[in-house]
Amino acid sequence: MPIPESQVRWVEAPRLGLWEQLYLPAVVEGLKTTVRHLFSPKVTEEYPEQEPKLPPNYRGVHRLNRDEKGRVKCVACYMCATACPAHCIDIVAAPAPPEWQADGREKYPETFVIDELRCIYCGMCEEACPVDAIELTTLYDLTGYTREELIFDKEKLLSVYDYTVQAGTDPIRTQAGRLGPASEPATFRRPTHS
Amino acid sequence: MPVYVNDKPVELGSQRWNCIQAAQQAGVFIPHYCWHEALSVVASCRMCLVEIGEWKDGKVVMQPKVVPGCQTPVKDGMVIVTGEYDRRDPTLPPLPYDPAYLQAGPPGSRAKKAQADTLEALLLNHPLDCPVCDKAGECLLQDYSFRYGRSTSRMIDPKNTPPNKPHISSKITLFTDRCIMCTRCVRFTREISGTGELCVVRRGHHEEIDVFPGRPLENKLAGNVVDLCPVGALGSKDFLYKQRVWYLHTRDSICSRCSSGCNIYVDSNKDIVYRLRPRYNPQVNGHFMCDDGRYGYHFTHAAERIRRAGLLQQPSTSASNDPDYPMRRWLAWPHLVSRLRQSLQSLGQQPQRRVAVILSPFLTVEEAFLLAKALRSLAPQAQLALGPVPVVGDDDRYPKDVHGRPVEPTRFIIRAEKCPNRRGVETVLRYWTGQVTPAEELLRQSWDALWFAGGYPEAAVVEAALPSHWSAPPLLVVQDLFPSPLTEAATFLFPATSSFEKEGTFINAMGIAQTFPRAVRPLIDARSELQLAHELLERPGLVQAAAVRRELGRAIPELAHLATIDPPAAPERIELATV
Repeated sequence: MPIPESQVRWVEAPRLGLWEQLYLPAVVEGLKTTVRHLFSPKVTEEYPEQEPKLPPNYRGVHRLNRDEKGRVKCVACYMCATACPAHCIDIVAAPAPPEWQADGREKYPETFVIDELRCIYCGMCEEACPVDAIELTTLYDLTGYTREELIFDKEKLLSVYDYTVQAGTDPIRTQAGRLGPASEPATFRRPTHS
Repeated sequence: MPVYVNDKPVELGSQRWNCIQAAQQAGVFIPHYCWHEALSVVASCRMCLVEIGEWKDGKVVMQPKVVPGCQTPVKDGMVIVTGEYDRRDPTLPPLPYDPAYLQAGPPGSRAKKAQADTLEALLLNHPLDCPVCDKAGECLLQDYSFRYGRSTSRMIDPKNTPPNKPHISSKITLFTDRCIMCTRCVRFTREISGTGELCVVRRGHHEEIDVFPGRPLENKLAGNVVDLCPVGALGSKDFLYKQRVWYLHTRDSICSRCSSGCNIYVDSNKDIVYRLRPRYNPQVNGHFMCDDGRYGYHFTHAAERIRRAGLLQQPSTSASNDPDYPMRRWLAWPHLVSRLRQSLQSLGQQPQRRVAVILSPFLTVEEAFLLAKALRSLAPQAQLALGPVPVVGDDDRYPKDVHGRPVEPTRFIIRAEKCPNRRGVETVLRYWTGQVTPAEELLRQSWDALWFAGGYPEAAVVEAALPSHWSAPPLLVVQDLFPSPLTEAATFLFPATSSFEKEGTFINAMGIAQTFPRAVRPLIDARSELQLAHELLERPGLVQAAAVRRELGRAIPELAHLATIDPPAAPERIELATV
């Protein structure tokens, strides 16, 4: 649909006076900015020599949580796989081992595979999870030599859990019991450098 | 006088209906758990509570108490108000309700509250394990709670958690805590199968479904209790944790494991069949199907299936004692079909050479017709015969009494004839040859060429039909599902398709022709028998079963009505016509 003439406003470039035509005020203005940044704190990050500290609700590599007995917490309900817009989660469910069933665990994931290359890190899976079993961690520097390396199976995802627990970088959503489901944590503020 | 359902008048004629059925006629759905059309009425779930009233002096006087809709027969001039009165058609003029009735609240408010309270009571002890429950997604407790129930629970006491009972059957497991005591399963085993294995033990909040000690739920209709269960209490061990139901694609189909031709739903995902369920058809199977059919789909995905088309190469004369020969060469389908056509044509030019064609009762009518047409056009001297018909015992009739003897009236029959389309193939054979010759007769003779169109889910049937001293004819063409002595000797071997992998028409033991669509795609290298016949006839492109159906309808007067059947759209109901 063409824009009607009544809605079009023509703007003329401002005419330069004698003062502007000297250009010296503009040069001084520019130098002021340069000099101010010379003396302000540095914002440049020396990556990869210095790793940035990411906010705890950053959405990086997934992890599969363990329950209090060290077993995979996932109950293989397929909610994450259903919610996933990229179809990157593949689960094969099976009846839980008999010793688990004493604790009311009837179903467990026999295999749980996430294609980290196909994932778009939207966080829908952890939002859908009814037992807080899948979470996105602050790990962001995911690299591999082959595509197959980046298809994470259950053991790999559980090892991400062990690693993040050890490193003390639990995602903030681990505290979902205390916070609301979609709350921004009070401790987290956008990093400012001023 | 008409019956009024939420102010909408419906004429019910002389039908004897209950409130649920009458409301259905008016387009109003009354939720229910325990009531089932095929079972007796117990009115125990209290989900179908409605308000009823009648005309008195130009006013509608309502009963002060809600009544169960399933147990209340409808009579002339009755007024039914359901809990969904507020969702009625707003253009209808409201009936002149008694002012005293309206004082207590708008019409339907009592029924609505009664239903919400019923749901709250059902959920008192129902665990919130929908994430791990196989029924989630098709669970009536989920659906009705969403539509009629409360969003929160006021229950603060711990729930009853009786232990699961996986021992009640080899095929079925009971998640006791999920049961809402509708007793559909108990009534099914008493009224339809007659075997009465299930019972209710204990009372009140501790009521449980159970079996008698040492008498597990093992009858040929047991699988139906899983379909009947409105919640996830009874689970099929065959389907347990295989798929979430919302991933499944449902297609209408016809069961091929006996000549009843039960109407079924095929639930599949990514071309793998995961579950079969009965589809209501009052003329054929009613609401149910047998376990032989229900669990009889596994052959479709069996590892032993013939997957590729191949040619048996004979040794050349110079290397006649080469131990590698005869050797199977796997060839691309088009090469094989053109070579096959050439061999058949050369046979056809020599009328003294004997050619036999065996059409199995697992073929659809279309396949049998087009194969017969193709082979008769290539080799006009070809003799046609009906493939071996598997028969196991006698027809199995239900319900049965405690001694296992069938009781009248019969409510379900499992046929002894374990093939879906003997009558259809016979009709086609009679059209081409005027008679039906059994395959056993032909297999005893010696032939120059034999075409065996199989599709048998069990190779044992084929083996049993072969005479002990059988030797392969020089040209043997076999299209079958599983390896058998015939497929080993076959000069041309083609993989066949199962009934889920093709479309067509079966004519069941009662002569009812039932058309069904394809549910899953066949194996990569398999093409349907219909496609093979289509290519032998040198017709271009992909075959369409509907076009073949019109063709055979024009040719065979008995099947003329098939020409008028439109191709069934995949998710729609199939058409029925009696032959």
